Amino acid sequence: MSQATTDGQIKLARKDFVSDQEVRWCPGCGDYSILTQTQKLMPELGVPRENIVFISGIGCSSRLPYYMNTYGFHSIHGRAPTIATGLKITRPELQVWVITGDGDGLSIGGNHLLHVMRRNVDLVIVLFNNRIYGLTKGQYSPTSEIGKRTKSSPAGSIDYPINPLSIALGAEASFVARSIDIDVRHLMSTLERAARHKGTSFVEVYQNCNVFNDGAFMEFADKSVRPDRTITLEHGKPLIFGKDNDKGIRLNGTRPEVVDLGNGVSESDLLIHDETDPDPIVAHILARMQWPEFPVPLGVVRAVDRPTYDDLLNDQVQDAIKSSGEGDLTAILNSGDTWEVE
Amino acid sequence: MSTENGDRKVEELDRVTIRFAGDSGDGMQLVGLQFTNTAAVFGNDVATVPDIPAEIRAPAGSIPGVSAFQVSFSSYDIHTPGDAPDVLVAMNPAALKAHLSDLPKGGMIVANSDEFTEVNLKKADYDSNPLKDDSLTGYRLVQVPITSMNARALADSRLNTKQIDRSKNLFALGVMFWLYERSLEPTQRSIKQRFAKNPQVAEANITTLKAGYHFGETAELFPVLYSVPKAHLPPGKYRNITGNEAAALGFLTASKLADKPLLYGSYPITPASDILHELAKHKNFGVKTFQAEDEIAAIGAIIGAAFGGSLGLTATSGPGLALKSEALGLAVMVELPIVVAVIQRSGPSTGMPTKSEQADLLQAVFGRNGESPVAIVAPATPSECFNLAIEAFRIAIKHMIPTIFLSDGHLGTASEPWRIPSLDDLPKIAVEYATDPDTFQPYTRNDKTLARPWAIPGTPGLEHRIGGLEKSDVSGNVSYDAENHWKMTQYRAEKVERIADDIPHVEVIGDPQGQLLVLGWGSTYGAILSAVTRARAAGLSVSCAQLRHLNPLPSDLGDVISRFDRILMPELNLGQLRMIIRSRFMVDAEGLNKVSGRPFLIQEIEDKILSMVKSEVRV
Repeated sequence: MSQATTDGQIKLARKDFVSDQEVRWCPGCGDYSILTQTQKLMPELGVPRENIVFISGIGCSSRLPYYMNTYGFHSIHGRAPTIATGLKITRPELQVWVITGDGDGLSIGGNHLLHVMRRNVDLVIVLFNNRIYGLTKGQYSPTSEIGKRTKSSPAGSIDYPINPLSIALGAEASFVARSIDIDVRHLMSTLERAARHKGTSFVEVYQNCNVFNDGAFMEFADKSVRPDRTITLEHGKPLIFGKDNDKGIRLNGTRPEVVDLGNGVSESDLLIHDETDPDPIVAHILARMQWPEFPVPLGVVRAVDRPTYDDLLNDQVQDAIKSSGEGDLTAILNSGDTWEVE
Repeated sequence: MSTENGDRKVEELDRVTIRFAGDSGDGMQLVGLQFTNTAAVFGNDVATVPDIPAEIRAPAGSIPGVSAFQVSFSSYDIHTPGDAPDVLVAMNPAALKAHLSDLPKGGMIVANSDEFTEVNLKKADYDSNPLKDDSLTGYRLVQVPITSMNARALADSRLNTKQIDRSKNLFALGVMFWLYERSLEPTQRSIKQRFAKNPQVAEANITTLKAGYHFGETAELFPVLYSVPKAHLPPGKYRNITGNEAAALGFLTASKLADKPLLYGSYPITPASDILHELAKHKNFGVKTFQAEDEIAAIGAIIGAAFGGSLGLTATSGPGLALKSEALGLAVMVELPIVVAVIQRSGPSTGMPTKSEQADLLQAVFGRNGESPVAIVAPATPSECFNLAIEAFRIAIKHMIPTIFLSDGHLGTASEPWRIPSLDDLPKIAVEYATDPDTFQPYTRNDKTLARPWAIPGTPGLEHRIGGLEKSDVSGNVSYDAENHWKMTQYRAEKVERIADDIPHVEVIGDPQGQLLVLGWGSTYGAILSAVTRARAAGLSVSCAQLRHLNPLPSDLGDVISRFDRILMPELNLGQLRMIIRSRFMVDAEGLNKVSGRPFLIQEIEDKILSMVKSEVRV
């Protein structure tokens, strides 16, 4: 429900961000959870609804803008980051979200994802990773595991999968995080951190496709095993996990290792998570930790300050106006060698 | 007419065409431009065309490394840089070899004799020295030891050997200024500006320029000097401008006339990159330039900018347009105003990037999936690129439609005098954003133009979603309804057709009816007009018309065509516009087609005209 806040503004509620369109994902799809958390988050951000834009490419995930009662643009396959860049650099006051998936963002649109992150355009990018092509009904994706049998890989996939977090870190993204559809609190808080970060925020969300890749993450994400098989990253805190908080991650040179606390191993031996470390090397190490060798890291891997492309571009324009004055079109047209014909 | 200059004869000519040719490091473009500016400032009409090798630095002295610049200057209104040069300045054997075939017999060769060494002759595949054997018989050969004279002139300068050698182009320019009785003043001014921070180099350049001039005078190289009197151009203030510069200024002006900021997104590509360079200089106009990671990102960004209410512009060439097709289709579907400038080059595939043709017309008209019409405008001269750049945005904004500005490499890189317009004479471009939440629906339509409203993020109450899926009429919701898709397809087609009510009628040059209409578009204008003018002077019943709007075509084009017995369509392709004209008007238009990377010669079109009308009764 809308309610008045202390400063007299009407505070919007989730329902104000629900569009009149019928949601058409398969029943039980992980996308519902992401949509709900996104809608719930909106009123908390304090951004006027008319200043929020959701831009997507193609795929199941990319239907999301239709369900948000904000401005939205359901574009073409893989290209959402380009449209978002053009909008954000010309309208810096807008909050622009990019919704993409493992196929849209990492396969057909891989090039754009790389460049938008290295430029650090102030966008929130949410990549729904279900490790499958859902909309085209079940082919393997760039994040599908080796050997995966799908309609297009009946003998098992021979495509080596890529890790979205490694890609984001390699592209110098200033905010890199991971969450999962079924942990709604963690998802909500991760999205909020991403929305409040200035610069490109990249969030990978493990999302279950219950039709074509059901249970893809259950081995480590199921509630019964999650504490032992995932690790939640918290800035400034040692990497501890386990149902009884009895395990941790220690760095041995550049190699992480799982250790049991006690028997001479204490918290002080563990890796302390520093998401603000300007050197991304430890972030890279964390991003590469995978079940079953390691618990799967969830949370904010990296959050650093770096000038945004939109600010730099707009600063250049302002600097040019300051140093040369507002453009005088007549003077430009009349520049160079000119002559009069009587 | 002849007069005396000292003890030398001066002959008056009405037109001269000079081609400067040398190694790509020899500065031929620079001296060509300097000669052009000098002639223009003097009051001649001028037309130029550069001939730049695709390789940035092919091996020095080799034929692929030859760079050339042709300038034609005259005492009357000219429309092309000349079919063939009167004078070839050859800075080395390769330059001579590469360009001699274009020089008619009787033409003058000014050769830098110092460079005709055994090594250089070998690089240019000469078995013997053409300056010494009889192979140049029939030409007027003037040998000038440019390299050594330049070195001698600059012996006292503090420049190093390499710097000295790089100034030899200005010695050659000085010689040509003497031959055509030109003032050194504009070039001296420009050198001083260019090297304001390096007065030593400026001084050396001026020294060798003067040395060349005086060498021409004292060495009695030329028995006759030539003068070309001023042309009678319409009164006004002029500057010399290339098509790409004019387009960039036109886009900048459109942004001013619409009072909306411009985002220029592009990926570098020959021959469109000049537009990026020009616009990147003008940030203080609020212009933002975005060098994207690829052609697709470039158009994606401007679609995003247009969604946000800015003017979105991208420029590319044929290969880039191919990459942009899908996104251009998206712009058609979401009905946002963007402009795609296409500076055509020789294809297919990478083709010949520095050579030009008109073979992307059908790609521009049809090259997208689905029924996906866009508006297309096509400038006919370098200076016209300014007006049509503005026209492209006017149409895009008023009709809420992506618009292609279809130029080509010839127009983009060729230059001519441009009468500088006054901003007060240019009509404003009206922009109206939707603001009323009570009446707003994303796909309602303007009664007259069928344009949908431009509703930009940031407007309270107008939150809505657009996208590439078919949209329901009025509401803009996703729709798979059969009747709706038919209706929306009709709207998108009709929207383009209605632009015909908003563009000028065909301008026929010559009689409004007759035996032959030469119908063209784009850069062929100069050659067509010159050929038709000659044919008309010979009494033939020939007119011509150049189309500036290719989609939609002007509403009276069918009537115009019907008033002529025959239609000739010269195109630098295999007949792409002809295919459209024939199908649209059921007329047996005949083609004159050339796909060689080079523009039409006037003579080629004139010969075709003569073959079509000479045997018939003259008017």
